[in-house]
Amino acid sequence: MLRRDALAAVFPDLEREGTVVVTIMGAVAAELQDVGHRPNFFYLQHAMGLASSLGLGIALSRPELRVIVFDGDGSLLMNLGGLTTLARYRPKNLIHVVFDNESLLSVGGFPTATGTGSDLARIALAAGVPSANTVRSLDEFKRAFADALAAGDLTTLVAKVEAVGPKAFVTDLSLLENRYQFQRHLTTLKP
Amino acid sequence: MPVSAAASQLIYDSLRASGVRIISALPETWLVHLIRLADDDPEMTLVRLAKEEEGVGISMGAHLAGVKSAMLMQNHGFLAAVNGVVSGAQLYRIPLLMLISARGSFGERDPWQTEGGLVTEHVLDSLRIPRICLDSASEVARTINHAQTLAYSSSRPVAILLGRRLMWEEQ
Repeated sequence: MLRRDALAAVFPDLEREGTVVVTIMGAVAAELQDVGHRPNFFYLQHAMGLASSLGLGIALSRPELRVIVFDGDGSLLMNLGGLTTLARYRPKNLIHVVFDNESLLSVGGFPTATGTGSDLARIALAAGVPSANTVRSLDEFKRAFADALAAGDLTTLVAKVEAVGPKAFVTDLSLLENRYQFQRHLTTLKP
Repeated sequence: MPVSAAASQLIYDSLRASGVRIISALPETWLVHLIRLADDDPEMTLVRLAKEEEGVGISMGAHLAGVKSAMLMQNHGFLAAVNGVVSGAQLYRIPLLMLISARGSFGERDPWQTEGGLVTEHVLDSLRIPRICLDSASEVARTINHAQTLAYSSSRPVAILLGRRLMWEEQ
């Protein structure tokens, strides 16, 4: 499936009141902005590995909010230990989606280990994440995402996507503009 | 094990008084009492990490969500967190309060700590992270207060190096 299609398919859930979205850098950040930027979206454009940690920080700070993290296989591979921390603290308000294109796309398409047998969903389960699975089609993704929203517990959802991305990775939303606007927006979300 | 419980209590009380409600930590010897105090406090969320760099992400998230946090780690942990500090906290102008136990310096008996001890201050200086050495009990409250103040006014990471004379009771 195409990552952009997956993002577009669940977009109404991302916009919902009381939800915050955190993405890692690269194609997922640019494609989500292309589908549509909203004030409750934060794009962590660097510090690879830390999208899930940042999501955990928000989830622990604001238990009344739903936190959706869009991660990548390259990023998650840099912080596999973070899965054990996620599992240990088990934020019930966090959904961890990993778009797995089996490559580091924005730097030239280098294959990652998920293309040669490393299974992030099984790693998540073994780390103690209560629910984790791998989906490969858009329909499967939509169903699994809806299930994760309904479950009300920590979920890691690995979505296998094609190794394609946007035409450009630098967008016209500056990093700091996003960072300050997102922080201010979170002050308006009442418990 | 002569880690100073009194110093740990002073540090913990100051962190609480400054509004910190989330502490992420990777234990090391000098931090054992501090971590226990955080664990025992029902109003503090202690996040025990697998790797210190995660704590940068957690503190970033907490800050954006309106909650004050602090990181507890030793200097090697700080070294392990550098990419997160630079391309996360600094890039995004996050006030990040780092309490770093200064191992590998004068009085250190463990050989594996000594390389890290040599470079900690230089790395902090290279990254332009303001640092202060906290060495005496009478300076704890003021130092933590001043560190928070600077972190917020500059919107950048600051480092408090916890010294041997404060944290370790044996001569």
